Amino acid sequence: MTGVTGERPLAGRAPAPGRPGAGGPVLEVSDLSVRFGEVHAVRGVGYSLAAGEVLGVVGESGAGKSVAALAVMGLLPRRARVTGSARLHGAELIGAPEKRLAALRGSGISMVFQDPLSAMTPVYRVGDQIAEAVRVHGEVTRRAAAERAVELLDLVGIPDPRRRARAFPHEFSGGMRQRAMIAMAVANDPDVIICDEPTTALDVTVQAQVMEVLRKAQRETGAAVLLITHDLGVVAGFADRVLVMYAGREVELGTVHEVYARPRMPYTAGLLASVPRLDAGAELPLVPIGGRPPSPAELPPGCPFEPRCALSIPECRAAEPAPLEVFPGHRAACLRAREPGRAPRPEARGAAVPLAGDGPPRPATPVVLEVQGLVKHYALTRGALLRRRVGTVRAVDGVDLDIREGETLGLVGESGCGKTTTLMQILELTRVQAGRVSVMGRDTATLTSRERLALRGRVQVVFQDPLASLDPRMTVHDIVAEPLVTHRRGDAAPRVRRLLRMVGLDAADAARHPRHFSGGQRQRVAIARALALEPRLVVLDEPVSALDVSVQAGVINLLEDLRDRLGLSYLLVAHDLAVVRHIADRVAVMHLGRIAEIGRAGRVYGAPAHPYTQALLAAVPIPDPARERRRRRVLLEGDVPSPADPPSGCRFRTRCPKFKALADALRARCLTEEPEVRPLEDDHGAACHYAEKPGVVQSTAPTTARNLEEP
Amino acid sequence: MAGFLLRRTANCILLITVATSLAYLLAATALDPRSNYEGRNPRPPAAVVEAQLSRLNLNDRAPLSERYLTWAGGVLRGDFGRTWNGDRVGADLARRAGVTLRLVLLGVVLGSVAGVLAGAAAAVGQYGWFDRLSTACAFLVLAIPTVVLAHMLVIGAVWLNDLLGVQVFLVSGEATPGLADGVGAGLLDRAKHLVLPTISLALGQIAVYSRYQRNMMLDVLDADFVRTAMAKGLRRRTALVRHALRTSLIPAVTYFAFTFGSLLVGATITESVFGWHGMGEKLIASIRSNDVNTVAAISCFAALAVMLASLASDVLHAVLDPRVRVG
Repeated sequence: MTGVTGERPLAGRAPAPGRPGAGGPVLEVSDLSVRFGEVHAVRGVGYSLAAGEVLGVVGESGAGKSVAALAVMGLLPRRARVTGSARLHGAELIGAPEKRLAALRGSGISMVFQDPLSAMTPVYRVGDQIAEAVRVHGEVTRRAAAERAVELLDLVGIPDPRRRARAFPHEFSGGMRQRAMIAMAVANDPDVIICDEPTTALDVTVQAQVMEVLRKAQRETGAAVLLITHDLGVVAGFADRVLVMYAGREVELGTVHEVYARPRMPYTAGLLASVPRLDAGAELPLVPIGGRPPSPAELPPGCPFEPRCALSIPECRAAEPAPLEVFPGHRAACLRAREPGRAPRPEARGAAVPLAGDGPPRPATPVVLEVQGLVKHYALTRGALLRRRVGTVRAVDGVDLDIREGETLGLVGESGCGKTTTLMQILELTRVQAGRVSVMGRDTATLTSRERLALRGRVQVVFQDPLASLDPRMTVHDIVAEPLVTHRRGDAAPRVRRLLRMVGLDAADAARHPRHFSGGQRQRVAIARALALEPRLVVLDEPVSALDVSVQAGVINLLEDLRDRLGLSYLLVAHDLAVVRHIADRVAVMHLGRIAEIGRAGRVYGAPAHPYTQALLAAVPIPDPARERRRRRVLLEGDVPSPADPPSGCRFRTRCPKFKALADALRARCLTEEPEVRPLEDDHGAACHYAEKPGVVQSTAPTTARNLEEP
Repeated sequence: MAGFLLRRTANCILLITVATSLAYLLAATALDPRSNYEGRNPRPPAAVVEAQLSRLNLNDRAPLSERYLTWAGGVLRGDFGRTWNGDRVGADLARRAGVTLRLVLLGVVLGSVAGVLAGAAAAVGQYGWFDRLSTACAFLVLAIPTVVLAHMLVIGAVWLNDLLGVQVFLVSGEATPGLADGVGAGLLDRAKHLVLPTISLALGQIAVYSRYQRNMMLDVLDADFVRTAMAKGLRRRTALVRHALRTSLIPAVTYFAFTFGSLLVGATITESVFGWHGMGEKLIASIRSNDVNTVAAISCFAALAVMLASLASDVLHAVLDPRVRVG
């Protein structure tokens, strides 16, 4: 392996010059299998990675993506039984003695993990942890290693790296931690970097930054990258080839362009069709994949996807198909992969889709929820015996919004922007700190407790994690009947059966417990419970973010269907802008406790006026390699400022690309005056002093089919 | 850090004052030094008893508040009063504190280090032979009362001494009186005396800590950061020691400090079985002899020890875990 060099300059290094094995595959995996007792988690996976190549591995949770990667690293728990072969520059890794593996880990092959908080030892300084990686693999003095750690932190874009190297992981933000992890991974100039869901825990804007750092790290080291993710958009933008896994097996492998344009395995096609996309609105229904992934402990004898496959034929049930070469370099494990002209993917859910302008105008129906100037501040206190106030967290700081009957308002923003606090304040149905909340025309501050109870029946909520929000000891019947019993609504049994059928469950499911259901089914139970009292307004707090894409599509479709059939209004809080784009009629973008932009979904997504909205939208990857690569990116710099100490004037100015481009005279206003939401045109407003001024960002906001591609 | 320590110290002083005062009030009400004089043969005249009790501030016929104020005034000047027969409390206790410290220090250090190592090793090889053996031993030790354990050690040591025909272990006292063969022989003699009580103290500690540390270690064994350390290229053993053990030590170490504090007065049984005249032994003796001032002084010492231990544990926690330093 290449030795560690504290002195070697980082920049300008040619990718892998004259390395052993350059040109040939760096990593070659074949017939890799992993068993945990009776559970066959990975069943014969094979791929090869050339130097400098990026291979994306996609699949739903439980498909064996991470387990396969950890098996290559030799990092699985000891009870795992690994067979097959994984060769790094021809040297076998599987079954290699610990000593040799340890020498290769970090220097020949390194890894970036999903959750950067738990992946760093909390009690050591970040710089020391990076320096440790440097020192393991070479004779480097303590001082040189520390120096190199600072250099690496600088490389991954940590500002003021010398000071930051002395910080502890908990003092870093999520994005900075992931940068530090990347620094650690490239510290010894590895030949292969395995990234296991590197951006899953991060906000889109931070995700875009981290992906940029990964690109840079890959360029600098010339390493091959194995990118494990469930996000098809991330793969589309970064990977050269993509490996689709299902039930522990490879089901499709090919170049990204090939696989996205002409998927040959129905599962891949299904995945692509079930993702809500930023560049397509609600006009195009999502196509969910029915059923659920098989349990790895009890696989069917034939193709494991057969029970969910729309194209299955009797032969599929006989034996599991082996990956077949469909085109050169494109394999698919499907008996019907070679059938000509079969295109299960709803073709061109992209360019050809007409974007229906701004959507229909707002309905003239009654207002079900009105929020004016909502404020929620938390006191920051210190001291155990004598608590004293040392500051104020301005979680929500003056929010206005309203929802009419039958309308869906999507509330989006980065984590910590006050979305959930807003929602909880509305759900409390009590007097708020400042401002006014009125539900069904009733001011919540004036309600008696009896009226409040009655009103609760009309406002219901669905939470993010259906496992946590359903009592595991209650049967589904009891769960769904509980609101009916509480509100004394007579005989619950027939109503529960009707509700379960309405959300697509079987009436017989009523006797079972939540643990017997999959994530998607549990969320359906939660929806049935929310609908039990025939509410007019349903608050949805990240209703699909805990679900796999194929299941997510089904729940989204159900929510839309129920809204149209029952005339419900939704307040939808989500961080996934594509999901919101798909469901919402109107969108409110929140930033640091205030509304940055609000308006009809078509307008906000199509012609975003606030630079924050523009940056958010630009950061969302699109699952289409051709488009994703043509987009110009606006990367927001730095992290969200603390809500305890927001910047003066406009809260976005510290990260605002438009602010940077403004003349000094114009900047003064951003520095001193806090912008209010001003109407720009019919039902579209933005809180930016210079919203009308086409700035640097305006022209590059690549959000719809119309302006997605560069001219 | 300085502000934090200052605030903690103020808190400690307040708590020590309250604890010691309550102990004094309880002792002064419940104990009866007068009976010590009245039980003497020949019985001293009542006036003499009265005068003697008043002189020592032990007279139960004086109002409690008056006695308390006299006592408290003395304590503030560093004078803990006198025992019922007129000796100074402070001098005797200072000597005994030294004895106890020499006894407990080694036991606690040995017990905690061995306990942590045993627990960590058991966790790493969960359900392996060492894990099962150490679990069985720990429960055995925990199930045997300290008195029995100490006496078993004594019996075992005597048997071994007889078997070898040499006095390897000495089972009574801190040192052989009247030994004057130079420093080396003196130290050896002390060491021979120290072995058994130290083992007796350490065994209990090892049993508790090994269970505690095993659970802490199991929590972090599969932690992501241990995996990261191995992904960097650290060998499993190194990753476990540097990252897992270091992190899981935090809760254990804060607990050590507390045990040390409470053992300073709580090693009574070990002290009396092995004939070490320390604090624990004295506490029992002074209660028996209706010695109000000594009981109060020992309570003060105990409160001080626990408070210092808690302070030490806070400082250790802050040193070991950077997360508590901020905020």
